[in-house]
Amino acid sequence: MTQPILEAKDLHVAFNGVKAADGVSLSIHDGEFLAIIGPNGSGKTTVLNLCTGYVRPKSGSVHLDGQDITRLAPRAIARLGVARAFQIPQLFSDQRVIDNMMLSLAAKDGLWTMMRPLETEARRAEAEALLGLVGLADDRNRISNTLPEGHRKLLDIAVALALKPRLLLLDEPTSGVSALERFPLMEALMSALRQRQITALFVEHDMDVVARYANRVLVWNAGNIMAEGHPDEVFKDQRVLQSVVGVA
Amino acid sequence: MRVVLAAASVIVLAILPMFAPWLQFVLTLAIAKGFAALGVAILLRAGLISIGHAMFFAASAYGVAFLAARGIGDFASLLILSVVIAALTGVIVGAFLVRYRAIFFAMLNLAVSMVFYSLFAKLYGITGGSDGMAVPIPSVFGMVLSEPAFKDVLFYLSLVLMVVVGLGVHRYLDSPLGHALSAVHTNEVRLEYLGIPVWAVLLIAYVVSAALAGLGGAIAGFAIGRVVPDFAFWTASGHLVLVAVLGGIGGVPGAFIGALFLELLHTAAVTVTDAWNLIVGAALIAVIMFMPKGLYGLFAREKGAER
Repeated sequence: MTQPILEAKDLHVAFNGVKAADGVSLSIHDGEFLAIIGPNGSGKTTVLNLCTGYVRPKSGSVHLDGQDITRLAPRAIARLGVARAFQIPQLFSDQRVIDNMMLSLAAKDGLWTMMRPLETEARRAEAEALLGLVGLADDRNRISNTLPEGHRKLLDIAVALALKPRLLLLDEPTSGVSALERFPLMEALMSALRQRQITALFVEHDMDVVARYANRVLVWNAGNIMAEGHPDEVFKDQRVLQSVVGVA
Repeated sequence: MRVVLAAASVIVLAILPMFAPWLQFVLTLAIAKGFAALGVAILLRAGLISIGHAMFFAASAYGVAFLAARGIGDFASLLILSVVIAALTGVIVGAFLVRYRAIFFAMLNLAVSMVFYSLFAKLYGITGGSDGMAVPIPSVFGMVLSEPAFKDVLFYLSLVLMVVVGLGVHRYLDSPLGHALSAVHTNEVRLEYLGIPVWAVLLIAYVVSAALAGLGGAIAGFAIGRVVPDFAFWTASGHLVLVAVLGGIGGVPGAFIGALFLELLHTAAVTVTDAWNLIVGAALIAVIMFMPKGLYGLFAREKGAER
């Protein structure tokens, strides 16, 4: 097997005595679409926080392409090619949808130009293409806090994609998205990931989405991994069925 | 349409003193305060209220007085060097303060500005204490001018700078860095996750705002002919915040509209009654209650936004 893009080893972190990561180790390889499932409060989002520098572990390490990123700030890790979409969308809520996208595109290549406008023809075209991909083309001129929750979620993903990451971390990408839009969104997302050769790790509650799209599943319970493998195998495991799928 | 309106306003401002010469001083001072209020307005975009920007206004004005006392007599050199002094002061103060938010940022700015005020007031041997320092009339491109002629030059240069610097600030606010600055107010977490160092975005804004306050301070120093510690007093900083909010932070002209409105209102109110503060206060309440986007909100429109 090739060297993993991201490798976390023996991560420990606790909040008020509750262990959110209790000796977690995981790795994700190039081209994978890795899902993390588990009950609420089992520490799934904490793993994303640990891998992006938002939370520092008490012990353990995180490596990106062999480089130790355990103590780096989120902005430094973002510049190394790791983007994140959030469970609760993190947007510039009083700016237009298109401006959210263009700022993300500018963050990648042209933030420090003080005298050039944010909106250039090329940047706008690129932003519109990405918005089209997630189905938000018609919303481009709306102020982002006026969007329905599902669309805010899509915009959050599009903003992360605009960073052209190597690794994308998605926290429940389909929550808040209507049942009808769920699979079209996932299809669009998967095609974008394949086209741009982006590896992804996603936390998800919808088992149908996991079964259909993930190459590999990590099952979380009480701050650690209780099962791991291809969705077909994992979903046959009685422990998983009882503790996770039944309550998911 | 807005460009025509802006151009017409500048032309009106330019010709007003020809009919009412006493207005020239009022307008020069209003533009000077407009620059400083613009500096405050820039930080307000990031949700940061500085109740201390008069320190840069004063630092630059004292800079002019010091440099003039040490033999630099050229107007352009004095103006540029004093703005540089304010900007450098902004780098030093900003490096500490941009880590703070909300009330802490406001209060720390106030505290630092009061340190400046105390230094200007107490270091009598250097600053002249509460008597302040004189700002002599400088030479303009080697020409020695009479006081009225210099005041004409100062007024028209202020007008030109208002347009040129205003356009520059407009471009800055419309650039990725300007948008990132507004984004600090709404979502620092997302900015971090875009790989954008928030402290650098804020420090740049802080230095730009200090330089603008410095430009205003230098113009005010030249216009008044004397600098006193009160330039740095906290009420002067509060006045700048008031002007910025009154004018509106939606666009660059807001700060100048606010400054001109307040200065003219003050001038008019003083001629009517000793209780001029009452009139100014009532006008402020009216603007704040009925114009949430400030006076500039009367002219501005949202940039293609659909709600």
